[in-house]
Amino acid sequence: MLETVFFNLFGGLSILAGIGVVLSRNTMHSVLFLILCFFNAAGLFFMLDAEFLGVILILIYVGAVMVLFMFVIMMLEVNVAKLKEGVVQYLPLGGMIAVLLLIEFVAASSSGVFAQGDKAVAEHFGREVNNTAEIGQILYTKYLLGFEIAAIILLVALVGAIVLTIRNRKDAKYQNINAQVKVRREDRIRKVRM
Amino acid sequence: MVGLSEYLIVGAALFSLGVIGLFLNRKNVITILMCIELMLLAVNINLVAFSHFLNDLSGQIFVFFVLTVAACEVAVGLAILVSFYRMRGSIEVEDINTLQG
Amino acid sequence: MQEMTLNTTELLAIPGLPLLAALLAGLFGWALKDKLSHLITSGAVIISALLSIHVFMQVLDGASFYGDYWTWIISGDFVVPVGMMIDPLTALMMLVVTIVSACVHIYTIGYMHGDPGYSRFFSYISAFTFSMLVLVMGNSFFTLFFGWEAVGLFSYLLIGFWYKRESANYAALKAFIVNRIGDFGFLIGVLAIWFYFGSVDYKTVFDMVPGFVEKGITLDFMNWQISAITFICLALFVGAMGKSGQVPLHVWLPDSMEGPTPISALIHAATMVTAGVFMVARLSPMFEYSEVALAAVVLVGATTAWLCATIGLVQNDIKRVIAYSTCSQLGYMFVACGVSAYSVGIFHLMTHAFFKALLFLAAGSVIHAVMANQDIRKMGQLRKYMPITYITMFIAALALSGVPPFAGFWSKDLIIEATVVREMGWVGDFASFAVLTAVFMTAFYTFRMFFLTFHNSDRVPAEVKSHVHESPKVITIPLMILAVGALAAGAWGVMVLDIANPEVVNGYFGNSLFVLDAHNPLKMIAEEGEHGMFHFLLSMPFWLAIGGISLAYAMYYRETALPAKMVAISPAVHKFLLNKWYWDELYEKIFIQPAQRLGNFFWKSGDLAMIDKGVIHGGIVDSIMSGAARMRAMQTGMVFHYAFAMVIGVFGFLTYLMLNG
Repeated sequence: MLETVFFNLFGGLSILAGIGVVLSRNTMHSVLFLILCFFNAAGLFFMLDAEFLGVILILIYVGAVMVLFMFVIMMLEVNVAKLKEGVVQYLPLGGMIAVLLLIEFVAASSSGVFAQGDKAVAEHFGREVNNTAEIGQILYTKYLLGFEIAAIILLVALVGAIVLTIRNRKDAKYQNINAQVKVRREDRIRKVRM
Repeated sequence: MVGLSEYLIVGAALFSLGVIGLFLNRKNVITILMCIELMLLAVNINLVAFSHFLNDLSGQIFVFFVLTVAACEVAVGLAILVSFYRMRGSIEVEDINTLQG
Repeated sequence: MQEMTLNTTELLAIPGLPLLAALLAGLFGWALKDKLSHLITSGAVIISALLSIHVFMQVLDGASFYGDYWTWIISGDFVVPVGMMIDPLTALMMLVVTIVSACVHIYTIGYMHGDPGYSRFFSYISAFTFSMLVLVMGNSFFTLFFGWEAVGLFSYLLIGFWYKRESANYAALKAFIVNRIGDFGFLIGVLAIWFYFGSVDYKTVFDMVPGFVEKGITLDFMNWQISAITFICLALFVGAMGKSGQVPLHVWLPDSMEGPTPISALIHAATMVTAGVFMVARLSPMFEYSEVALAAVVLVGATTAWLCATIGLVQNDIKRVIAYSTCSQLGYMFVACGVSAYSVGIFHLMTHAFFKALLFLAAGSVIHAVMANQDIRKMGQLRKYMPITYITMFIAALALSGVPPFAGFWSKDLIIEATVVREMGWVGDFASFAVLTAVFMTAFYTFRMFFLTFHNSDRVPAEVKSHVHESPKVITIPLMILAVGALAAGAWGVMVLDIANPEVVNGYFGNSLFVLDAHNPLKMIAEEGEHGMFHFLLSMPFWLAIGGISLAYAMYYRETALPAKMVAISPAVHKFLLNKWYWDELYEKIFIQPAQRLGNFFWKSGDLAMIDKGVIHGGIVDSIMSGAARMRAMQTGMVFHYAFAMVIGVFGFLTYLMLNG
C-alpha cells in the first residue's frame, strides 16, 4: 500500500515535471523542472532497490550536469520571449507522433509480453551485501573492459569540451619559453659607440 | 502492488514527453539537449525496472554506462553550443543549417 | 649399371643461381652499376654451367635423379609438387643451355656495352636461363608448363628490349600472340593428360600410357572420332609448333630478330625455340603410340624445313637469313622426332645450338662492326677487317651446311638417313624429298650470306668504313668457345654419346627416350647396311651440300652478275620468296583484318552506341544525377529534421514489432 502511494507520488511528479520541461517558456525553468524530474526518478530507483544509481543520479546529474546546463544558459543570455514562437505550428505533427508512440509503448508495456511468470514480481533480492557492493563486484569483473572504455570516453569528452571552448585572448600575456631558452646575447645587447 | 508494467508506463510517458519537446522547441538547442536527457532518463527507468523484476544486475550496469555517455554528450554538446554561440551570436536551431546539401 | 643419385643441392643450385642473380641485377641494378651486374649474372651462369658439366659427367657414369622438392599446388586430391627429373636427356639439355647461356653472357658484356638498359638486360637473360632450366629439369607437366610460359615471357621482354623502337614492340607482341596460340594447344594437352591420367607427373603418366593405349579410349568431337592419345599428342604438338616456330606458326621467329643479337643467339636459336623438340622427345613414350601424331610431326617438320629454306634463299637481312635457317633446322629436328629417331633429333638440337649460336654471335659481331647495319648488300670484303669473326663464322657455316667433319654433318646426315629408311607412306616420301632439297638450299643460302658478307665486292658505305674493326675480346672469346663446339660436337656425339650405334637403343640416352622396337630407325639404317667409315663421300646429302656451296661460290664469289640475271628470269618467284610466301599478308587478311573489323563493330555499336550513349548517358548516369539532385533537397541541414527522421524511424520500427511481434 505504502509502495503504491510512493510510486504514484514519484511517478506522477516526474511526469508532471517532464511536462513542465517541455512547456515552460523560460529555459531556466525547464532546467529546474528537469531537476525535479530527476529527483523523482531517483525516488523510483530507490523503490526498485537501485540505491547506488539513485544516488548517482542525484549527485552527478543534478549536482553536475544540470548545474552545467544552468551555467551555459546564464552565459548565453538567451532571449526568453522570442524562443517560444511557432509552438502551435509544430504541435499537431509532433503531438500526433508522440501520442502514437505513447500508445504503442503503453500497449507494449501492459500487454504482458514482459511479465514473464514468477520473475516479474517485485521482490527483494535477499542478499547479504548492499546494492553498491554488488554493482562493484560485477562492474570490476565482468564489465571491466566496458568500465575502462567508459572512463576513456569521459576523459576524451573532458579534453574535447576544453578544446572546444578554450579561447586564446589576444591581449593576454604569455611566456614563450621556447623563445626564452633560445635567446642569444646578440639579440639583446647592442654595442653602441659612444 | 506495483508491477513492471507500471514502471514501463512511466518510462513511456517520459519518453513521449521528450519526443514532443524535440518537435515543439524549434528555437533553443539547449531545450533539445534537455529533451534528450529526458528520453535517456526514461530508458534508464525501464532498464532499472527490468533489472529489478528479472533479478539481473546487468540492467543497472547498463544504466551506469548510459549515464556516463549521457554526461559526456552533455559536456561536449554544451561546449559545441558555447563555441557556436561565440561564432554566430545565436543558438537558434533554425540558424544551424550548415549541413544543407 | 650401378644406380647413383645426384647431389640435390647441386641440382637446385643450377637453376637457382641464375634466378638469384637475375633478381639481384633486376631489383638492385641501379645500385650495383653495370660492372657488378654483369659480374653477378655472368658469374652465376658460369658456375651453373660448370655444375651442369659436373652433373653431366655423373650422368654419363649412370647417375640419375627423380624426386620432389616442394609442393606447389594443393587443391583437394590435386597435388602438384615441384620436382626434378635428371636423366641423360635432361643432363644434355642442361649442358647445352648453360654453356650457350654462359657464352652469351660473356658476349653481351661487349655487345651491350653502354646500353641504358644494361643491367636490365642481364637480369632478363639470367632469368631466362633459369626458366629454360626449369623447363628441362622439371619432373611434371606443370613445371614444364611453368618453364614454357616463363621462357615465352622473357622472350617477349627481350624481343621488345629496345622498347622505344616501334618495330621491336610489334615484333614482341607478334611473338607473344603467336606463342599464345601454341600455348593454348599445349595447355589443352596438359589438361587432357590430367583428365585422362589423373596425374601430371612424368613417371606416373608414362607408366600408364601403354595400358591406356590398349584400352583404346577415343573422344568424339563434332562427329569426328579421335583416339585420346592422338588428341593429347596433337594438342601438345601445337604448343611445340608455336614455341619452335613451325609452319604455320613460324611467322614470329624471323620478326623476333628485332631483339638484340645475343638474344637471337640464346633464345631464338639455341635454347627456347628448341623447347618444342625437347618436349616431343621428352614425351616420346606418348608420341610413340600415336602414328597420326608422329605423321603430323613429320609433315609439319618437313614442310617447315623446306619452306623456310626457300625463303632463306633470297633474304637480305643477315639475321633474317639465319632466323629462317633456324626455322628450317628446327623442322629437321621435328622430322627426326617424327620418324622416331628422337636421339638423333636431340643430337641435332645440341650441334645446332652450338653452330647456330655461333652464327648469330658472329653476325652480331659483324653488325657491331658496321654500325648496326644488318643488310648484307651493304657489306662485303669484311674478312680483311675481322679475321676471327671470319674464321669462326666460316666454321659455323660449314657446320650448318653439313660438311664433314663439322658438327652439323653428323646429326643432319643421321636425320636424313632415318627419314629415308622409315616407311611412312606419302608423308615419308614428302619428308625425304623436303629434307634432301633443303640440304642443298641450306648450303646455298648460308654461303650466299657468308660470301656477301666477307667476300664479294666491298659495298660498305664510306662513312662506316673507318669504323669497321675486329670486335673486342669479350666478343671473340665466346665465338672461339662456340667454334670449338661447332667443330667437335658432332664427332663427340657419335663417339662419346654413342648416338649412331644401332646396337644400343637410343645410345647415350638409354631409357630417357622411348622407341618402339618396330620404329627404331637406327636399326633400320644398320639393316640397310651402308654405314661405313667413308660412306659420307658416297651419300647424297653430302653432295647436295657441296653442290649448294659451289653454286653460292659461283654466284656470289665468281660471277657476281649471275644473281641479277636469275632474278630477271623469274621475278615472280623471287618476289614470292622475298615476301616470305606472303604468310604475313595471308594472316593479315584472314585473321587480323576480320578481328579488327569485329573489334571496330563492337566498339562502335556496342561500346559507343549502347553503353556510352544508351546505358551511361541515357540510363545510369542521368538517373543517378537526377536522383541525387532530388535526394539532396532532403538534406536541409536543420537538426530537428534529422531528429524527426530518427523518431519516425523508431516509430516505424516499433509499429512493425507490434504488428508482427
